[in-house]
Amino acid sequence: MKSAVIVFPGSNCDRDMAVALGAAAGRPAQMVWHKDAALPPGLDVVALPGGFSFGDYLRCGAIAARSPIMRAVVDFAHRGGIVLGVCNGFQILIEAGLLPGALMRNQTLKFVCRDVMLSVETLDSPFTSAYGNQRLIRVPVAHHDGAYVADAALVARLEAEDRIAFRYADAAGRATLEANPNGAVGNIAGVLSENRRVLGMMPHPERLADPRLGGTDGAPLFRSLVEAVSVAA
Amino acid sequence: MKARVFVTLKTGVLDPQGEAIRHALGTLGFEGVESVRQGKVIEIELSGTDRAAAEAELARMAEKLLANTVIENYRVELVG
Repeated sequence: MKSAVIVFPGSNCDRDMAVALGAAAGRPAQMVWHKDAALPPGLDVVALPGGFSFGDYLRCGAIAARSPIMRAVVDFAHRGGIVLGVCNGFQILIEAGLLPGALMRNQTLKFVCRDVMLSVETLDSPFTSAYGNQRLIRVPVAHHDGAYVADAALVARLEAEDRIAFRYADAAGRATLEANPNGAVGNIAGVLSENRRVLGMMPHPERLADPRLGGTDGAPLFRSLVEAVSVAA
Repeated sequence: MKARVFVTLKTGVLDPQGEAIRHALGTLGFEGVESVRQGKVIEIELSGTDRAAAEAELARMAEKLLANTVIENYRVELVG
């Protein structure tokens, strides 16, 4: 699997993302600066990392989504490329129009930084297929603007098309109000594009993908990518 | 030519920041504040003099960057 991580001014999870991708793929991820106009040739996966690109000016992800490299990332996605956006990366994907809805200030108005439980809502994606029977996972969140917003029609459509990848859940796997760290509609933590090859999620799977970090529930996401790419090859 | 672009949340979109401001106003003793909605004002200076063209250009700026039209409305105003 050939992967690249896009680095924006203010990205701060780019190296964690590269480590997680590299460990799963057995070859290092390439780092790509936001001012580049083109992606390296032959990529299978592009990842947009967490952080505070451009200081969250205007709206989270708004400036990054208009940077030169994003035109290439949008083209890559439209050609069927796999794109993962985590946290600020999710905000950028929405601002770039690759995913529907919006991400707003947490309902508590507080920055939330802790482990949450997620229910894996679908295995039918290149990001989740390796979760198998492991349908409840522990992954950290760290964000101030992560409340996913969508109108009733969009939520119904996402549900009908099985495009909700993860929901915040309690220990029993139920999407309760108490388990929702930010006020996201329907406890939605991650959504897929129409072709299922773009995923945006607020929680950070790259932060718990190595036993030395205290957990590995994020690792199957990266394994799923490797499997999806090798099946396609 | 100067312009202002007002960006506000659409009706029905929850505004927790506005809600926090409303609470704080109550704490300060301002009574009767039933609701607060907050937004942004973006001031722009343009070199051109054609007002109609400027208005059209500002609307394009708002659509492409200044507002997220999924959750926000915008209003363009030319000042002087």
